[in-house]
Amino acid sequence: MSWIAIIALALGTYAFRFAGPVLRDRISVSEGIRRYLTLSAVALLAALIATAALLDGTHFVGVARPAGVLVGAVLAWRKAPFVVVVVAAALTAALLRVAGVE
Amino acid sequence: MRSILRTDPIARDVTALCAAAAVVGLSFGAIASAGGVPLAQIMVMNAFVYAGGAQFLAVGLAGAGATAVAIIAAGLLLNARHLPFGLAIGNEVLGASRWGRLLGSHLMTDESVAFALAQEDPGRRRRAYWMTGIALFLTWNVSAAAGAVVGSALGDPDTLGIDAAFPAALLALTLPSLKDRPSTLVALGGAALALVSTPWLPAGLPVLVALLALVLGRRSS
Repeated sequence: MSWIAIIALALGTYAFRFAGPVLRDRISVSEGIRRYLTLSAVALLAALIATAALLDGTHFVGVARPAGVLVGAVLAWRKAPFVVVVVAAALTAALLRVAGVE
Repeated sequence: MRSILRTDPIARDVTALCAAAAVVGLSFGAIASAGGVPLAQIMVMNAFVYAGGAQFLAVGLAGAGATAVAIIAAGLLLNARHLPFGLAIGNEVLGASRWGRLLGSHLMTDESVAFALAQEDPGRRRRAYWMTGIALFLTWNVSAAAGAVVGSALGDPDTLGIDAAFPAALLALTLPSLKDRPSTLVALGGAALALVSTPWLPAGLPVLVALLALVLGRRSS
């Protein structure tokens, strides 16, 4: 891999990371805007969760992973500890795969 | 250490996340190394790009013979979400000092943002962000370098179900933010938009398309 690609990727990514908080300082944030900025993070996280849970590239990922995430989701909704959610999701997917369910 | 883990719920949760991240890091190092990426490049990527998704994408594209321009464009598109993330958390979470902002913004990941947003008050938000950020940064750098050295002897992390652990973790961290009807609608709309647009758009863009769901966030009363 070329060093140019790595350095440009590093600089560009840092620029994205640094720009957000700086921009937020520059604009006047009313309570309404503040609410929408938080909501945009919620939208992004929800999109990441949905695509990571269901898709592998552009295709449906199979049963094991969504089933694991679903078990984690139910536990999280029932206010189970975070550690339990994470371990149960992984364990469900792993066990399904052991059983031959992809 | 044990007593910190017992008394501090954030430290305990971050530890669980780091355990999963370590497995992904090991696998990234092993895959990159098997793809012919030198150890020095892997370590520089870990420290300075520090974005798992973009790193996997870059190594995959390089292995497929993509040009540097294509790798840069794809990686940056995937990482563009950090801009709205930063707008959402702001310097209130990073801290007031200049160094805090310079270093703190580099620690911005899906997980550190989600951990911060899951907290109620500003003090806890800042602590959760920094603890997640520092712990994940160290975990990622150490485990991915180790994976590059040890190689593919480790096998596929999917066998351990790690691929299900990450969306579940983010979900658990995002649920507390869905406290009213508009935020729930925005989350569901964003998820739906990203899923529907994924077959048609390059990686990274569907997640940004999810921002269109903000129109669902208007307060009804």
